[in-house]
Amino acid sequence: MIERYDLIVIGAGPAGLSAAIEAAKNGMKPIVFDENAKPGGQLFKQIHKFFGSKEHKAKIRGFNIGYELLEEANKLGVDVRLNATVVGLYDEKEVTVRIDDEIKHFKGDSVLVATGASENMVTFKGWTLPGVIGAGAAQTMMNLHHIKPGNRILMLGSGNVGLVVSYQLMQAGCEVVALVDAAPRIGGYGVHAAKISRCGVPFYLSHTIVEASGTDRVTGVTIAQVDSHFNFIEGTEKTFDVDTICVAVGLSPMSQLLKQAGVKMKDTPGGYVPECDEWGRTSVPGIFAAGDVSGIEEASSAMIEGRIAGSVISQDLGFIEKAEMEARASELEDALGSLREGMFAPKNRGKLIEKTEEGIGVSMNLLEHGFVADDEIERYPGVTHRKGIHPVIECTQNIPCNPCQDACPKGCISIGANITSLPTVTENPCIGCGMCVASCSGQAIFLVDEDTGDGYGTVTLPYEFLPIPEKGTKGVALGRDGHEVCEAEVVNVRSAKAFDHTNLLTMKVPKDMVMKARFFKAAI
Amino acid sequence: MDRILTHPILGDTPEGRLVNFTYDGQTLQGIEGEPIAAALRVAGVMTHRYTKKRHEPRGVFCAIGRCTDCVMVVNGKPNIRTCITPLEEGMDVRTQYGASAEKDF
Repeated sequence: MIERYDLIVIGAGPAGLSAAIEAAKNGMKPIVFDENAKPGGQLFKQIHKFFGSKEHKAKIRGFNIGYELLEEANKLGVDVRLNATVVGLYDEKEVTVRIDDEIKHFKGDSVLVATGASENMVTFKGWTLPGVIGAGAAQTMMNLHHIKPGNRILMLGSGNVGLVVSYQLMQAGCEVVALVDAAPRIGGYGVHAAKISRCGVPFYLSHTIVEASGTDRVTGVTIAQVDSHFNFIEGTEKTFDVDTICVAVGLSPMSQLLKQAGVKMKDTPGGYVPECDEWGRTSVPGIFAAGDVSGIEEASSAMIEGRIAGSVISQDLGFIEKAEMEARASELEDALGSLREGMFAPKNRGKLIEKTEEGIGVSMNLLEHGFVADDEIERYPGVTHRKGIHPVIECTQNIPCNPCQDACPKGCISIGANITSLPTVTENPCIGCGMCVASCSGQAIFLVDEDTGDGYGTVTLPYEFLPIPEKGTKGVALGRDGHEVCEAEVVNVRSAKAFDHTNLLTMKVPKDMVMKARFFKAAI
Repeated sequence: MDRILTHPILGDTPEGRLVNFTYDGQTLQGIEGEPIAAALRVAGVMTHRYTKKRHEPRGVFCAIGRCTDCVMVVNGKPNIRTCITPLEEGMDVRTQYGASAEKDF
């Protein structure tokens, strides 16, 4: 027997749920299938604050966005079937689903494929040893199942996944011994690199893994430098004792079902994807695609793509008028467009950008070593000097993000209408509330008082580790490169609901160190 | 590997019910409902199976049920993806050799 639905959504991740929500709002009765035991796709593993602006749910942590989506879906009565693996999709919009040990048939007036992506792998000697895991596996273990993936870990891959997961590993209490990438420059956001660099994690660009050692599990790893043709340079080998190697070398769209349905596909540098119009329509009438399956981007983009597809499908099936759909799609497209601007825009993939939109030189040290050098930092508009406490914004790349602008109650920070612009610090007086520090998804804002009158100054930094050092704790300040720069003492620690688990740690350092000291390490 | 008892962002880990299960005949403990693979990792078990031809060790790789590297013989049934199969009290979990629980080398 075939069950029929207005809309069948395959995948209950950010794109699929968003599409189902949009369709349900318009009076449709969508059904969503997901092979996993829990909905939300990868959102519940994302514990960092998202980028973008308010309409993209910026500064909200991924898992909380996941809860919001689920709540919205539940309220609208969206039917989500879990442990239901779609095994076939046919051009007549017929779907076969494995539920328990049975194959069931469903037919939709429309089908949205939102199956997401899977992790890529690279091979090296010893890559199959237990202890070599995907970065997604690490996230799953620590953020969903509350276990440490390993104690001493080497990360391969400097894209946003490698950078974000490295930071999360440290938050889970693991030691990240090195971050390695065969590419000559860091692939992900500089701010993500900077926040692990200042904790002391060394970056090895133009390096890759020669070998994972161990007989029945990983006990070590050897890396070596590569030349411009990615051949190992002899004599550059370095060995680390590690129990885990984490691999974050990109994602590939899981587009097999679309191909099976006879959708016109194309090979792109980002993977094998369906040919879609701007609304997610594939070449087969009634079959749509949204999210990573149609090209790898962030979850924020996937949610908007899902909403667009949901709206278009609603109109196709007569649930809303054309004008209503067009207005909605246009509003969503604007939101999507702003996420696709800046240095990391899909159109800039693989390109070396040497100047910001403002014409300022991009920090090459950041790209090649993971931190902005002391002699580069002064050229950015968020880095200013004045008497008394003030924000120092070490945001040096054009990325679509602007929560800092709204966070300041005194209007000290300005980004403007173009959300990829670098933030500038205005003349308005800073009251030291720290809302900007906590709002910055890239953890790139510090409050600095350059001279407290006693030969010292203070630096307030975002702190998301345990244990939280108490007031009075003595230790050392680390520079942007993670090396010790001076002695430091914690003079204040602030936590507030509005900071959403980003604690504000204020440390006292000699006044000539306030522009160098960027992290605190307690004395052991 | 250790459990994360408290996390700077996720807070305190909810307490689960400890249950016994066996791994190659040896009694271990894990939390009911967590993936079998999680309980094994906490107990220090990294090798889940040996490959058929070359007898190479394999363990968890993707942790989301996609790669099938972590399969084991569970309650007599081979090829169970331990990374997505919830742990139940009294489960019989065995190292998989090729496609069976009998050591073949």
